[in-house]
Amino acid sequence: MAPTAPTAAKSASPSQPSGKSEVADLKQQLRQLAGSRAPDADDQRRDVFKRVISCMTAGIDVSAAFGEMVLCSATSDVVLKKMCYLYVGVHARNHPDLALLTINFLQRDCHDQDPTIRGLALRSLCSLRVPNLVEYLVSPLATGLKDPSAYVRMIAAVGAAKLYHISATACLDADLPAALKALMLSDPDAQIIVLTIPFNYHRKVYDICSADLKLELVFGLLVCWPTAGSLFKSVIGGQVVANCMHALQEIWTLEAAKSEEAAREIETLYSKPVVFYLLNRIKEFSEWAQCLVLELVSNFLPSDNNEIFDIMNLLEDRLQHANGAVVLATIKVFLHLTMSMTDVHQQVYERIKAPLLTLVGAGSPEQSYSVLCHLHLLVMRAPMLFSSDYKSFYCQFSDPSYVKKLKLEMLTAIANESNTYEIVTELCEYAGNVDVPIARESIRAVGKIALQQYDVNAIVDRLLQFLEMDKEYVTAETLVLVKDLLRKYPQWSHDCIAVVGNISSKNIQEPKGKAALIWMLGEYSQDMHDAPYILESLVENWEEEHSPEVRLHLLTAVMKCFFKRPPETQMALGATLTAGLSDTHQDVHDRALFYYRLLQYDPAVAERVVNPPKQAVSVFADTQSSEIKDRIFDEFNSLSVVYQKPSYMFTDKEHRGPFEYSEDLTNLAVGAETTENTISAQRYQESDNDLLLSTSDKEDNATATSNGSSASTYNAPSDLSGPSLLSSQIPSETSLINPGAPTYSSQSNFSLDDLLGLGVPQASAPPPAPALTLNSKPVLDPGTFQKKWGQLALSLSQECSLSPQGAASLMNPQSLIRHMQNNYIQCIASGGQPPNYKFFFYAQKDGATAFFLVECIVNTASAKAQIKVKADDGTAAEAFSTLFQSALSKFGLS
Amino acid sequence: MISQFFVLSQRGDHIVFRDYRGEVPKGSAEIFFRKVKFWNDDEAEEAPPVFNVDGVNYIHVKVAGLFFVVTTMVNVSPSLLLELLQRIARVTKDYLGVLNEDSLRKNFILVYELLDEVIDFGYPQTTSTEVLKSYIFNEPIMVDAGRLPPLGPAAMFMQGTKRMPGTAVTKSVVATEPGGKKREEIFVDIIERISVTFSSSGYILTSEIDGTIQMKSYLTGNPEIRLALNEDLSIGRTGSSSYDYRSSSGGGAVILDDCNFHESVHLDSFDIDRTLHLIPPDGEFAVMNYRITQEFKPPFRVTALIEEAGPSRAEVLLKIRADFSANVTSNTIVVQMPVPSYTMRASFELEAGAIVGGSEHTLRAKLTFSQESHGNLTKEAGPVNMNFTIPMYNTSKLQFSVMQD
Repeated sequence: MAPTAPTAAKSASPSQPSGKSEVADLKQQLRQLAGSRAPDADDQRRDVFKRVISCMTAGIDVSAAFGEMVLCSATSDVVLKKMCYLYVGVHARNHPDLALLTINFLQRDCHDQDPTIRGLALRSLCSLRVPNLVEYLVSPLATGLKDPSAYVRMIAAVGAAKLYHISATACLDADLPAALKALMLSDPDAQIIVLTIPFNYHRKVYDICSADLKLELVFGLLVCWPTAGSLFKSVIGGQVVANCMHALQEIWTLEAAKSEEAAREIETLYSKPVVFYLLNRIKEFSEWAQCLVLELVSNFLPSDNNEIFDIMNLLEDRLQHANGAVVLATIKVFLHLTMSMTDVHQQVYERIKAPLLTLVGAGSPEQSYSVLCHLHLLVMRAPMLFSSDYKSFYCQFSDPSYVKKLKLEMLTAIANESNTYEIVTELCEYAGNVDVPIARESIRAVGKIALQQYDVNAIVDRLLQFLEMDKEYVTAETLVLVKDLLRKYPQWSHDCIAVVGNISSKNIQEPKGKAALIWMLGEYSQDMHDAPYILESLVENWEEEHSPEVRLHLLTAVMKCFFKRPPETQMALGATLTAGLSDTHQDVHDRALFYYRLLQYDPAVAERVVNPPKQAVSVFADTQSSEIKDRIFDEFNSLSVVYQKPSYMFTDKEHRGPFEYSEDLTNLAVGAETTENTISAQRYQESDNDLLLSTSDKEDNATATSNGSSASTYNAPSDLSGPSLLSSQIPSETSLINPGAPTYSSQSNFSLDDLLGLGVPQASAPPPAPALTLNSKPVLDPGTFQKKWGQLALSLSQECSLSPQGAASLMNPQSLIRHMQNNYIQCIASGGQPPNYKFFFYAQKDGATAFFLVECIVNTASAKAQIKVKADDGTAAEAFSTLFQSALSKFGLS
Repeated sequence: MISQFFVLSQRGDHIVFRDYRGEVPKGSAEIFFRKVKFWNDDEAEEAPPVFNVDGVNYIHVKVAGLFFVVTTMVNVSPSLLLELLQRIARVTKDYLGVLNEDSLRKNFILVYELLDEVIDFGYPQTTSTEVLKSYIFNEPIMVDAGRLPPLGPAAMFMQGTKRMPGTAVTKSVVATEPGGKKREEIFVDIIERISVTFSSSGYILTSEIDGTIQMKSYLTGNPEIRLALNEDLSIGRTGSSSYDYRSSSGGGAVILDDCNFHESVHLDSFDIDRTLHLIPPDGEFAVMNYRITQEFKPPFRVTALIEEAGPSRAEVLLKIRADFSANVTSNTIVVQMPVPSYTMRASFELEAGAIVGGSEHTLRAKLTFSQESHGNLTKEAGPVNMNFTIPMYNTSKLQFSVMQD
């Protein structure tokens, strides 16, 4: 890591390239300059500041110079100020007392005449991230939100979110969210241009009956363009509104985990007045803010179809935006709005096709990559749609490999009867490509298309031609494909075997290809004249065969061959079993032993095991369930589409809300939690001495604290963000569970763990040990949950009722999730719309590994809940169910 | 929501590093760099622009040989971040005139200043060079534009410094010129990327044009500009298939499959007289991107022939015919043709010089192989790929004239 090249600075003493002496040198120079009133002092300071920041960028620890930097920062030079604030912002957290020194002039600057200075000071003030300076923040922020300059208001809006992360209470006590909301809905500068759109006017554009979509109408009608001067002003004004939205979403989403009111406030963000207010002025926003508005709109549930058409007409021209992010965000709105209208949904697909293809070609390769990922998702849902545009997905020589790979996937996905021939011809060209990874991918693509059952006849010939190309990797890849093909279309065995038989196994080194060849030798040994002898020669080289996969296949193949051509294979079988039995690989050894015993027991049985009559595979298992695919589709225009996984699979636990299911606000919600939790985790470390926890416990707690809304459970008393309300609530909740528990005395041994203090780290109020105690912080990833849910049998299924208050307060899934978390029952997924909600919960017996999994369907209208419990330990299911129901019935009462 | 932004050099040095939310563990830049450098070691693949390591999402673009990277912990729109990164690169270029490692290192304080305004607490703010001007106080330090690192084919299209002739366009949008007064200038360019596949017999198999009207404005006072395109321009191909060539027979009409426009473009009278109205913001931007699959005459015809000339020898004959009018000249042409991997030696004869319209050029090469070829030489060599620039010429016949009111 080389430091950034020092700038033109001339240092008085020859400085060392990096490290401590450099910092010491800088410190000394800063000290000399601190009081200097020389005319060129500012220039000199600039040079030294530059070097400090250069070191900071390079990763050198320059925090030692903090005091000196602060001393030098009293200046009227804006460039110097900015450099100083950048430095202070990075290091203030480690020097809270020294940071206090900067407060004075930052506060003074907040009242400067120049709005730029005011904004700068306010931004820096909020970026200090020092909890004990919070008192100095609130009033400048409140003033800043009312500042006459839009620039300052824009900064103040984000400042409010920053303050919330430093101290949530301070932010809420000052009623900043209300101020933000007011500002969002009535920012003076954002209202310079009032766009009135005549709704009901051109609804026909997206009428269900009209087959083709015209966009001419939309131009001309909507556009009401600002003049240059007001454009500038309104962009900043629009940014004020956008930043208010950012801040509000962040604050309320985090608060929603604690208070019902905040959850309701979030709902108002998606309400019709707000959505239409924002939509009507979408052109005033910068393209980034437009993306935010569009994301918000995609969460909006219109009350009738007319609203849907209004929104789509309004946004129609956004599809022609040069910014791909705007286009994709618009597409998300269109797709989500029309989910329930099949015809229109189909029209939307037709409409978005051309803009997407243009984006693939127009942007940078990186942007093409992202757009292609989205195209792929769409194609999986509507393969026919792009089938005539297959040529757009031909690889270009200059495409980077990540784009080529996606294009190959696209070609595979859109291949159908009408275009298979052309696509396969094109793919065959790539197979000889100098770019080996792409050549491999294209061979695989040809195979996949063959398995999709289109025109297999021609494809098999092409595949067999690959084998004649005599390139090792081509042969290896092709063999794997031929094997899969034969499993699906055994009728081709004759043609394939003739060609495969000519391949010398010595030319194939790749394990997968070799294994495939061996499988075919075993499976079709009666058709391949010298199969036993090839296998024999392979067995002779057993020692040199490094891949256990190949050795396993070899074992099975020799067995198969033995049953088909016993006299020729007997020798080889003996040698194979001997080699297998002394193999160091566990699986190989075990399989050899198994075959040996099987043969010893009864060769006829062995034959039935090894060589059963086979049925052709009709469909190879899809790797992704349709539920997962739908979830990715819900998360359109997000990283999920790129990774082809729903967000819960790649966002780590602490950055994920438990309520991700149909809630698209997670984009913001999840992120919002992020910093809050990090900060509280950090505070944790500061106060851990008081807590007297062991190191491992501390770490555990830190992560658990960061885990979404359960944060409050472990908040240390000193934690400013922890609402006292909740921490006091926990003991009472826990004691509520207890009465039902003692009947299950058989589980009482688990409470022992609790007495040792392992399970519940609440130093202040340890709950009395109940019989069935739940682990307070179980960890179960969704993948395992899904697997377990599939494997385990249903332990019990019951209906129980909620309190009327509980049913009434179940406005959104979060409230119940939070409640259950306080009872140590964690939610893994939730979804639904009023009045029906569906939850998946899990819990873990304290001190044991056994999990309880619950599916809970709540109907708020009838105040009933249907629960299904599955348990690793079936005997405890009854006890858990009682506990669960008791917790559920308490919901809304506290 | 962006956690960090950083720019790394090709060697992995931090040129700029800004942490907005303090939530990503230390060392993210090193983790990123190692991952990108050794993405798939065996197969020498390029790392995709978006990936996730230990819960941290890394999103990057490569511009002028530099990595522009953001990290985020949450599930955000990848397109938004990729666009934003490109935009940051472009704004930086507007300020510095030239974007390369040298200019960034010299101006890193200015870049920090920009970053403060472009992203606040992880939220994108404004990326307009024009708006930013009022909040940026550092003066750019100019570097010599002559030593530009060679750009890759993809970079050429997006962040092109290369395609614009002369040094005029490499000057900063904001810097005051030494002479004192600023020149009122605007540069408009049509750039087209043409992809054509020929069959071995010379037929066109596929053809596509991805074009951009690129503008770089040095005008002060936001005058409105009108950009008149071909009057017979039409958008959207009718018919079921976009590869249906019948519709293209109608004279010289330019038919765009689709296009999109920059934010500042006002399409009020576009349907009537094919005129774009815009108030060009300062700096560089794409006025319009378009895509054409209509049949067109490719500017070059390339025929390649590879023949065996003995057991371990082959002869390559590459013919290039320039199919454009004689008064334009193509000056930079790169023709690439992969040869079999066991080629030991190749000798050429080539007529050098620029290619004038209507001329034909031939390249002969003799290849010597280390082993006997397997008889299927055509499969092992090629495809031939060609990069070229022809100033003052475009394939789609799209034209424009600029008018100022």
